[in-house]
Formats: sequence, C-alpha cells, structure tokens
Amino acid sequence: MPQTHASGQPYEDDAPEPADAPGGAKAESTDALDSLLDEIDDSLQTNAEQFVRSFVQKGGQ
Amino acid sequence: MRVVGIETEYGIVDPDAPQANPILMSSRLVSACRLWAAGRTAPWDYGGEDPLQDQRGMRRDRATAGADMLTDVHEWDPAHGRISLRRRRGSWEDPAHLNAVLGNGARFYVDHAHPEHSGPEVASAREAVIWDRAGDAIALAAAARYEQEEGSRVELYKNNVDGKGASYGTHENFLVRRDVDFDALARLVTSHLVTRQVVVGAGRVGLGQRGQRAGFQISQRADYMETEIGLETTLRRPIVNTRDEPHADRRQWRRLHVIIGDANCMDVPTFLKIGTTSLVLSAIEADDDRLEALVLAQPVDAVSVISHDLDLRAELPLASGESATALQIQRALLEICKDHAADAEDLQVLARWEQVLDALGRDIFAAAKDVEWVAKLQLLGRLRAKHATVGADGTAVPLPWDDARLVALDLQWSRLGDGWAARLDAAGAVTRLATDQEVADAVVTAPQSTRAAVRGAFVSRHPELVDAAGWSTVVLDRETRHGRLEVLHLDDPLQSTHPMLDELG
Repeated sequence: MPQTHASGQPYEDDAPEPADAPGGAKAESTDALDSLLDEIDDSLQTNAEQFVRSFVQKGGQ
Repeated sequence: MRVVGIETEYGIVDPDAPQANPILMSSRLVSACRLWAAGRTAPWDYGGEDPLQDQRGMRRDRATAGADMLTDVHEWDPAHGRISLRRRRGSWEDPAHLNAVLGNGARFYVDHAHPEHSGPEVASAREAVIWDRAGDAIALAAAARYEQEEGSRVELYKNNVDGKGASYGTHENFLVRRDVDFDALARLVTSHLVTRQVVVGAGRVGLGQRGQRAGFQISQRADYMETEIGLETTLRRPIVNTRDEPHADRRQWRRLHVIIGDANCMDVPTFLKIGTTSLVLSAIEADDDRLEALVLAQPVDAVSVISHDLDLRAELPLASGESATALQIQRALLEICKDHAADAEDLQVLARWEQVLDALGRDIFAAAKDVEWVAKLQLLGRLRAKHATVGADGTAVPLPWDDARLVALDLQWSRLGDGWAARLDAAGAVTRLATDQEVADAVVTAPQSTRAAVRGAFVSRHPELVDAAGWSTVVLDRETRHGRLEVLHLDDPLQSTHPMLDELG
C-alpha cells in the first residue's frame, strides 16, 4: 500500500491532528466496511467479468 | 460569492441489453423525467448559444467545426434588450436533443449519447454540492419512471470512463471577470487544475485511455487530457477549454468552462473542486503575482504523472526551473488563497482544503472519508488483500490490478442509487456536507441566490406559459396584441427576481 512521506514538507510539524471519530464510532465504521466488503465480494464472485465486458459507453464531452 | 454550476454526463446501461442504443435510452430517460415532473417542465431555448466563439478572441469557421460542436443549429439570434419579441416556431423537438428544464432551475437532457444534468447556477460551493446531489436524485427518479414506462431496466453511472476508451465529462463553470487577460488566466489556473486531482480525483482502476495497463490511478480523466488549451471537448481534450460563451453580459463576464474534473460521488471533493478553484480564480482576478512561481513547465505530462503517482512524491518541473510535488503546489496555492477569502464560506473552503492536504501529507488513508480516490483505493486494497495468494517466496501477493473484480468494483462504485460509493456513504464512512432534507428540497426548488430562481419559478408556477427556457432567457407564450413570443433576457446571473413573476403571481 502506498504511504506518503512527510520529509521536506515544512508544514508537517505543526499540522493539526484530524478530528477523528471516537474509538467506538471508528470500530463501528470498520465493522460496516467489513460487511460491505463481504457483500461486494459475494456480488463480484459471479458476474464481474461479464459486467466489465458489457459496460461499454459512447464517448462524450 | 461567485456564480458556478456543474454539468454531469452519466453513463447509461440497460443491464439486460448491453447493446441497447444509448441515444434512444437517453431520450426516453428525458421523456420519463418530464413525466416525473408532471408538466412542470419546459423545452430548451436554443436562441442564445455560441459554441464557436473562442476565449482567445477568435471565431471558429463553421465549415471547419465538427458536427457535435454545432449546438446552436436550431437558431442563432443574438438579440439584445430585456424583453424582445420572437416569431413562433413549430413545436417539433428532435428526440436526439430532448430537453427538460425543471422547476429547480436545472436542465436534464440528451447530450451526445448520454443523459446530462446541468445543475442550476449557484453562488457557493455548498450550494453546488446540494444541487449536484439533487441532480443525482432527479436522474434516479427519471430512471424509476423509465422502468415503469418502458418495462425495461436502466442504470446510470456517475463516472467518466468505460475502460474501453470512451470518456464523458463532468464540467464545472465559473463566472470570471472579463477584464482579466485570458492568456494569463489560462497560464495561472492550469497549475491548480492539474494538481488539484490529489484532493478531488475520483480514482480509477486501469492505466491508459483503454485501461490497457494494469494499475490504479488518482483521476478518471487524466489519461484523456491531450493539450494545454483549446476549444474542443470531445477530442484532443484541453486542460483549459476556451469556449467563450458567458451566458451573461459579455462585456462584463467570462465563463470558465473546466472539463478536466472527475465526476464525484462524495460531497467533500465536489465542495473542494468548486470552492478551491473559485478561490484560485479570485487570486488571479486580484493579480496576485505569487501564482507565477507555480506555473508548470510541462502541464500536460504532469496531469498523468500526478494521476499515476499514488505516493504523491513525483517532482514536477516548474517553468522557473525549480520543481515541486503536487501536494507542495496545492499547499502553496492554499497559502496564496488565504489572502483572497471574501466571505465565511471561503474560510470554510480554506479550512477543509488545509485539513485534507494535512491528512494526505501524513498518510493518505487518513483522508479516506473526504478524498474519493483514497476511499475507493482503501476498499479495493481490502478486496486485494482478502484474495491475496502466497507467492514463491512465501509472501502475500494481492489480487492483481487487472482482475475483473477490481475493475467491476471501480465501475459499480459510481452507480446511482445502490453503487458502492452510495453504500459506503450509507455505512457512515463518508463525510456529508448536504443533508438529505436539503437535497430533497433542491430537487423541486431552485437556488434563491441566482437567476435560476427566476427560471425555476416560471417553470414550476407557470409551465403553461413557458415556451422554452435557457441559461439567460425565459421565453413566454402569452395572449398578447403583438401575437409574438416574449423573450425575457436574464443577462445578470445574480438576478433572482423578475417583475413579470410578480405580475403573474
């Protein structure tokens, strides 16, 4: 996974911490992501190739 | 406060008939939209478009223009004055160019082979988010009605590529002062348009116009940008589009038509692509000379270099001979724009911009709730890890980028209604800036800050009197002694009331 570097960027030192959700909410959101991932996985097991092949659009602007 | 607007061309698919004609489907979708609007809709007024006028002061010869550039073939009548009279025409409408001007001031229509929503003019980045979401809701309502009328399914995708070579656009429009030199404007705004993708890119699986190389990149549109500046939008796409059609008083205003942007399914990128670009334009209008130092040496190359650089480390050569990363250029633009905030919303844009740049500089995944390409990459990364195999040396090998499941996840991300972006949003994993109620209101009500309020009020309150409506006109068909149509000219985009509306009640 790509990780960004902080070196050479003077603004890093005084960067404020992000307004993270409290631990409880974060865990809940991870659970929600897990169950979404399971659903995506199920859905893509069967039809991914056919879906990709048939998604054809005309060019636009 | 700057008048802005967003146009979105949606991908369109009949999942049961992939070969179905997209122009026909789009036309039927617009018909369905009219039915959904239950009569509160109007045809488009083609009386004022000038697609061949170039910002650089030239005019394209009609004979050399491609057929798809001639959007004004219905009529060209550069009438002036507040109200002018026009002869009645036949009421026939070309099904391949079907339009519905809606009670919220938006235009929903067939553009080439796609349904397009052109949102009403708004006067803030947050309004842009609300009416952009309203456009998605209208498109979904039209799709539901289409299925009822046609007895077949239709799916709409808010993305910009099909992975086979086709691209379709999501355009932003910014009202800019006419007295700003256009060449300077183009040179200076380019650095922002090229580097802002790290903040507002929607992410894409596949590299190259046809996705011929495996990989993930930051922007949907990057691989389709082929030149620095030009008039076209469907081929040789330019970073800065020069179409000079202000839809407003030409002596006072330009409209900067930005075609490099991605369609966004998340609120923060929509808010920031409008808000930050508007602030950079304010810095240009104020002739801030610090912008010159950020001019890129090779902007066209930089678009794809940045898009393909997920580590955000690529050093881009500057015209000055120095170099900088996209994040550093964005940071420098942020610092410049801090001196050009005009109102409370500009301050909110600056704060949000800074917060996202801080997060991206620390660990990109810290920005997953706010940055669409990161949110998409995170989901893709988890799917890749889940199906990792063990390599010869015993280490985990994630699912390769050309696996159909990853390509499908990317495409389905943007499906209106039940796409994975919408599902992520429903799971609370995305920052929302517009409430569901605000969006529901915006489906039926125009922004009150611009002339869209006038257009929307005529269409929703007096649809039987409206012969047609455009960005700067409302054409009325009333019982009169002169027997002609009356064209109301709305050349001031900030005109939000009209005496005729008061008269009619």
